Amino acid sequence: MTSGGVIIAGAAETDEVGRLPEHSTLHLHVEAARNAVRDAGLTMKDIDGIASVSAPGPTAVAHALGIYPDWIDGTGVGGTSFLLHVRHAAAAIRAGYAKTVLITHGESGRSRVGAPRWSLDLASPAGQFEAIYGTLGPTTTFTIPLLRYMKEYGLTQEQLAYVAVAQRQWAAKNPRAMFRDIITTADVLDSRMVAYPFHLLECCLVTDGGGALIVTSADRAGDFPKPPAHVIGTGEAAESPTISQMIDFTESRMFRQAGRKAFAEAGITTADVDHLMIYDAFAHVPIYGLEALGFVKKGEAGPFIADGNTEPGGRLPLNTNGGGLSYTHTGMYGMFAIQEGVRQIRGEAAAQLDNPEISVILGNGGMFATCGVLVLARQPR
Amino acid sequence: MPKPVPVPTPETKPFWDGAAAGELRIQRCLDCGGPFFYPRTLCPNCGSEHVEWFTASGRATLYSYVINHRPARGFEDEGPYAIAVVQLAEGPRMMTNIVGVPATPQALVLDMPLKVAFERRGDMAIPVFAPDEEADEENS
Repeated sequence: MTSGGVIIAGAAETDEVGRLPEHSTLHLHVEAARNAVRDAGLTMKDIDGIASVSAPGPTAVAHALGIYPDWIDGTGVGGTSFLLHVRHAAAAIRAGYAKTVLITHGESGRSRVGAPRWSLDLASPAGQFEAIYGTLGPTTTFTIPLLRYMKEYGLTQEQLAYVAVAQRQWAAKNPRAMFRDIITTADVLDSRMVAYPFHLLECCLVTDGGGALIVTSADRAGDFPKPPAHVIGTGEAAESPTISQMIDFTESRMFRQAGRKAFAEAGITTADVDHLMIYDAFAHVPIYGLEALGFVKKGEAGPFIADGNTEPGGRLPLNTNGGGLSYTHTGMYGMFAIQEGVRQIRGEAAAQLDNPEISVILGNGGMFATCGVLVLARQPR
Repeated sequence: MPKPVPVPTPETKPFWDGAAAGELRIQRCLDCGGPFFYPRTLCPNCGSEHVEWFTASGRATLYSYVINHRPARGFEDEGPYAIAVVQLAEGPRMMTNIVGVPATPQALVLDMPLKVAFERRGDMAIPVFAPDEEADEENS
């Protein structure tokens, strides 16, 4: 057993993100793992725990790296899985099951090299009761709740569009972002309609890339080349595997549930948060996230973003890498949200804030199906 | 390419048998009384195994939707089409398509009354919803 504190000691992405047709899915995991292990000043021999999602899964990743782990986590609940891996790794480290855990993500989302074929199980609940109505992945399911929210709370199309405008301002500061040209609300509303009320620029990118993390006990905080990101609070929650059964289309119960756990463990309130990442597969997700975490009251998030509060110079910097809308989105974006949180805490982000003490990361998996929340800090709790 | 056809499982077969017979059958709990959808063997509210099938009224209201402009397989001939979630008069919600009305924001008004209809696909029938003109008259 350790004192209980846990840190992220290593964090890195693949050398490049974007269009990587020469990288297989497995190679993206391997390259990200190599970079994170180097970032922590370690070797693969130091790793005794592994967490990853399929494809190809933790066993395949560990074997490719020459690691024979004592602890394995294959939690695969969509794009938020890596936030849950951090939480589970923290518990494993406290329990003494592992000392140094490697968490990897790699996805050939755009090029589909060595990637699983998309298939639809028409016997599953989602197949029998949703896919038969012509759903086409997240653009037609994740998006369905929003019209109800717009009716109940008066969110306008212009306010929704401004979520993409605000995040592009952050992306413009990030040389690795796929889209960096400043855009206007009119540009967003003039982009192609994908699934009303969502236009193309309100939907995330589809890219190739990967990222990896090294999680270990805070007792070792001084042993690594980079400053630690202390994991001071974590939460996870699940809601519905199908969008039609989401409890209330105007709010995410699981965001609130996981957020409360993480904030309580960290002993913080929203006023303590210097930096925020909310998984933005679509432009409405930051709106649901801001309200569920309690940064604003219900119905206020659209105007809050449109008033400039989350863009560069605003009081609550949100999605400072440019987010899934402008930076990168391989399919399971949660790893990149964690990476930006770590960079901000370390002081090495492309759009670096002024010494943020606390970064909160909210991850979504599936279509409002599973949630993870992390609170990272410069100092131990 | 035809539209996808659902593959029933033992716990969902009564639903699809009902649809083939022109009925929208859902379940309710005999202990806590709550109706629920999608089909399950335990009540999701209280955990009871004492659940039964009944025929719902087929009346619903439009809870939320998108108008999809990139058709899924089998929907290529539809033009933009509405993928909706409706609230049944009995309470549960389900996904569906809205038929008998243009797939436009002007024609698809949230909370509009709807009535179930059935679309044949091979040997199966798929519940879809159309504007409920009788309910409109009652309200006017």
